[in-house]
Amino acid sequence: MKESEIKRKAYWKANLITVSVLLSIWFFVSFGCSILFVDQLDNIRIGGFKLGFWMSQQGSMYVFVLLIITYIYLMNKLDKKYDVHED
Amino acid sequence: MDVQTWTFILVGISFTLYIGIAIYSRAGNTKDFYVAGSTVHPIANGMATGADWMSAASFISMAGIISFMGRDGAMYLMGWTGGYVLLALLLAPYLRKFGKFTVPDFVGDRYYSSTARMVAVVCAIFVSFTYVAGQMRGVGIVFSRFLEVDINLGVVIGMVIVFFYAVLGGMKGITYTQVAQYCVLIFAYLVPAIFISILMTGNVVPQIGFGSEIKGEEGVFLLDKLDALSQELGFSNYTEGSKSTIDLFFITMALMVGTAGLPHIIVRFYTVPNVSNARTSAAWALIFIAILYTTAPSVAAFARTNLLTTINNTEYAKVPAWFKNWQETGLIKFEDKNNDGRIQYYNDKSKNSEFIAETKKRGWRGNEVIIDRDIMVLANPEIANLPNWVVALVAAGGLAAALSTAAGLLLVISTSFAHDFVKRTIKPDISEKGELKCARIAAGFAIFIAGYFGINPPGFVAQVVAFAFGLAASSFFPAIVMGIFYKRMNKEGAISGMIVGIIFTAAYIIYFKFISPEANTSDNWLFGISPEGIGTLGMIINFVVALTVARFTPEPPVSVQNLVENIRVPRHMGDD
Repeated sequence: MKESEIKRKAYWKANLITVSVLLSIWFFVSFGCSILFVDQLDNIRIGGFKLGFWMSQQGSMYVFVLLIITYIYLMNKLDKKYDVHED
Repeated sequence: MDVQTWTFILVGISFTLYIGIAIYSRAGNTKDFYVAGSTVHPIANGMATGADWMSAASFISMAGIISFMGRDGAMYLMGWTGGYVLLALLLAPYLRKFGKFTVPDFVGDRYYSSTARMVAVVCAIFVSFTYVAGQMRGVGIVFSRFLEVDINLGVVIGMVIVFFYAVLGGMKGITYTQVAQYCVLIFAYLVPAIFISILMTGNVVPQIGFGSEIKGEEGVFLLDKLDALSQELGFSNYTEGSKSTIDLFFITMALMVGTAGLPHIIVRFYTVPNVSNARTSAAWALIFIAILYTTAPSVAAFARTNLLTTINNTEYAKVPAWFKNWQETGLIKFEDKNNDGRIQYYNDKSKNSEFIAETKKRGWRGNEVIIDRDIMVLANPEIANLPNWVVALVAAGGLAAALSTAAGLLLVISTSFAHDFVKRTIKPDISEKGELKCARIAAGFAIFIAGYFGINPPGFVAQVVAFAFGLAASSFFPAIVMGIFYKRMNKEGAISGMIVGIIFTAAYIIYFKFISPEANTSDNWLFGISPEGIGTLGMIINFVVALTVARFTPEPPVSVQNLVENIRVPRHMGDD
């Protein structure tokens, strides 16, 4: 196998791991905290919000934004490491 | 100055701005027309995506829907923002690397088949048309409510404006007008929300305000008061859900996946210079969208509290002016069923028999008010007694939201026709000039048809929105994701997956929405999934069929496998 081929496979694998981890968080926050366990979380209160209610109508969206920002950061680093970044 | 004068001034200024931008950014060639020459800055593209995405429905109806649904309204909030995570992580960077101009371009090239391309073209056009009809109607409605212009004249004015910048400037004109429209619509949404938040809770930030204590009532949190008020009038608690968990799950998923598969959103990521810009741009888009989407639930809670405290058991003669103003437009309907001169607004279908007995004892003869959900945003500034210019601002914002989305959709239609159908399928030797002309004619023609549907709305516009998301979820999304992440996926698998996915989803929706709407209850639904959420199951079926068929059919040609390898990395590695 050519060296570039090995490097390409490694890059893709690292990419897949990054995406899977971030999507697990995405799933946990939206479908987990805001739909499946929302009633349990509602027993916890933060100020005027029940936690489950807050997660579903506010928190999940903030996490979505943070996830994309984290993705950009990790991918830019990965691109540099494998020398596939654009100039 | 009165509201109408303010509205004319603000709408006039914003329209002049849009036309000015259109003239300034004319398209010189097809690349300009389809993807704005791929030179759009990621922040500008983020704003444009935000305006493209947030339609008349997001701007006018969403807060109202949440207001009546309570916690369950989160399915729209999460469904229409969570899709951007999928878009950013699974689609945008790779499609940008692929380049070219459209979604059918990718589907056709990746699956080396003109059948696949045509399936994609038909889906793209169908999804976009169902969406655009609602937008033109929205333009007409805003005109008629705020400017007392006939709805149809409103639609025609909207058509002329869109025609101007979509036909002249294509994607280039649309992008920069959308940037301006985003600024108008977000300003128009936030100003009343901030005002109301200050009035009700003393907090400047609406997102925090609706979790705060009510001004003047020490120790009483707004949401607790809202729950108490709801219970008093027989409604279920605002902060609790009433939909079944499985349905909520499937609808949210269908909206997320559908969002990521909508062609007018995907093409926006072809307009930035490179892969890393595509990623950044997705983050900006979601930030700009989240500003409105996190404000909406607070607007919903404020409006609901205001409504419940001001209306019930008020003497009709003493009701605030906005109630009668909106009664004239038909958005509020009042009938004094027990002739006591007072308004009774409560849940007369409550399952709590004690509550119903109590209302009968009080002499209430059923709920007397019907409130259109759109009023929560449209009348909110009046309900909260805000200055006239704020009321007018909402009109300009609603128009910006409707026009920007309409333009994005019309562009998809014209591009699909001129590029995917004419250039790539029936007349590959067409000249650059001919193709550009063809795209312009197609855009003009599409505006004409959209306007026609705006003036003569098919009665099922609201129902077909479920269609747009369901189809996008069950066709494009799986085909594109497998095209990128599964090199072995071949044309046989992808085409059969898309066809089975679409047919299943469409049949389910058509059955429950058009053939026997009376059977549309949770007892008859498959696994308790409503037609709005069935796209999720359609998507799963698509994946299963595609993967199974691909196993038993030949693998894709080497050139296609190389294409997949190529789009997976932002730039070629050193020695290949």
